[in-house]
Amino acid sequence: MEANPRSIGRLPAAFLTPGSSSFMDFLADHSPGLLPGNRKLPEGIVEAPHGTTIVAATFPGGVVLAGDRRATMGNMIAQRDIEKVFPADEYSAVGIAGTAGLAVEMVKLFQLELEHFEKVEGATLSLEGKANRLSTMIRSNLGMAMQGLAVVPLFAGWDEGKEKGRIFSYDVTGGRSEEHGYAATGSGSIFARGAMKKLYREDLTEQQATTLVVQALYDAADDDSATGGPDMARRIFPIVTVITDEGFRRLSEAESSELARSVTERRLEQPDGPRAALL
Amino acid sequence: MSTPFYVSPQQAMADRAEYARKGIARGRSLVVLQYADGIVFVGENPSRALHKFSEIYDRIGFAAAGKYNEYENLRIGGVRYADLRGYTYDRDDVTARGLANVYAQTLGTIFSSAGEKPYEVELVVAEVGTEPAGDQIYRLPHDGSIVDEHGSVAVGGNAEQISSFLDQRHRDGMSLAEALKLAVQALSRDTNGSEREIPAERLEVAVLDRTRPQQRKFKRIVGRQLKRLLEADDAAVAKTDDPSDEVADE
Repeated sequence: MEANPRSIGRLPAAFLTPGSSSFMDFLADHSPGLLPGNRKLPEGIVEAPHGTTIVAATFPGGVVLAGDRRATMGNMIAQRDIEKVFPADEYSAVGIAGTAGLAVEMVKLFQLELEHFEKVEGATLSLEGKANRLSTMIRSNLGMAMQGLAVVPLFAGWDEGKEKGRIFSYDVTGGRSEEHGYAATGSGSIFARGAMKKLYREDLTEQQATTLVVQALYDAADDDSATGGPDMARRIFPIVTVITDEGFRRLSEAESSELARSVTERRLEQPDGPRAALL
Repeated sequence: MSTPFYVSPQQAMADRAEYARKGIARGRSLVVLQYADGIVFVGENPSRALHKFSEIYDRIGFAAAGKYNEYENLRIGGVRYADLRGYTYDRDDVTARGLANVYAQTLGTIFSSAGEKPYEVELVVAEVGTEPAGDQIYRLPHDGSIVDEHGSVAVGGNAEQISSFLDQRHRDGMSLAEALKLAVQALSRDTNGSEREIPAERLEVAVLDRTRPQQRKFKRIVGRQLKRLLEADDAAVAKTDDPSDEVADE
């Protein structure tokens, strides 16, 4: 049995053996070295760029997932325009905080896992099924998380059965919990969550929900040095995505720049942002 | 110990080929056509769940005639091959040519190894390009040969007759409705030349549509959309889809 994808020859027996519809299971059987969790771990702590804040909020009709653009390594900004929010499939998205390199790889594998299942089975996984699959992947990364290479995603999607947007958050051990209303992960999440707690209402429109997450990211960047705010000079704006029954949509550059601009302009008059009523 | 009868290699191969061809002929034929915006797959299939056409990768589709369990096995092998390759390198490095080669090797090895019975399948692997000139269609008969096809291709029992029918009538730049109707016309002709009706419920139709904004271009056409395409009258199709075709269509 050859594990070499370069070889052009007969399909190896493993390819034609009836088995599970999971791409990860196939990799584990056929070329386990390609699975991130199966790598030999080096000794000691590894320094690598970290992504920071991801926020999500539901509204009647869908869910919004957004992330800032900064990656940091220690006290240095490693990258100003990193992308941390990705479509997982047509009806779900994943945002990642933690070690950027591993997280991006995990997302790639997760996307493939969902697509592979869909192609083999001719049907998509349920939203719960997708959330559980992501859990398994984080759990397999625990060894690396112990060395400081943790990956903590936020998963959001449209549940076609329940007809609503749902958010799942994770801890480094793969523990999964469904969040109601809004959620945040990453170093700036404490501040983002505080902002959303005061601004969130259950009857937000899509437009209000996207403004809410940008406000929350602004507050996160305001108080957390590892989170990047809208960069007006370089025209780098947060990535905002919306998932509804029509599927995944990422706001165009024009839309997200307009959103960030209006939030920033209001902050020039009121640096602490919109205020909630006292009682 | 008894001496086995001598069978000449030519005879052995001819027997195996005949065995495979007979198996394939038991199923219904299907056709794959190029149209203006991509490639359309059309076949008669009473089952809603067991597909003859499916997605392999972003721009690559798969069609098969013959024995279901055998081509399903090859299909899943192909999906695994494509996903592994795309994961190892890049999504752009998965090509129909590469996949067709792997299928050809697989079918060829099975066909010529004495220990295995030949697969009773005939496959089509198609890749839609960013423009019509980039479209690729490969036909893979049971013995592991590859035929690079253009315009239209038919596989299955009645393939030869359908192919010649299509060759005469297919032209470049057809609209989807036109190509679909031509395909149905071709499929509904019996071996003796008479026509029979294939209702929309018994048709399986899928496209690789290069105009789809998604990375994955494969799409099944079902229900209302299929009915609409089948009912669209030719003049209206020519008008709405491409006004410049009107003169050519009359």
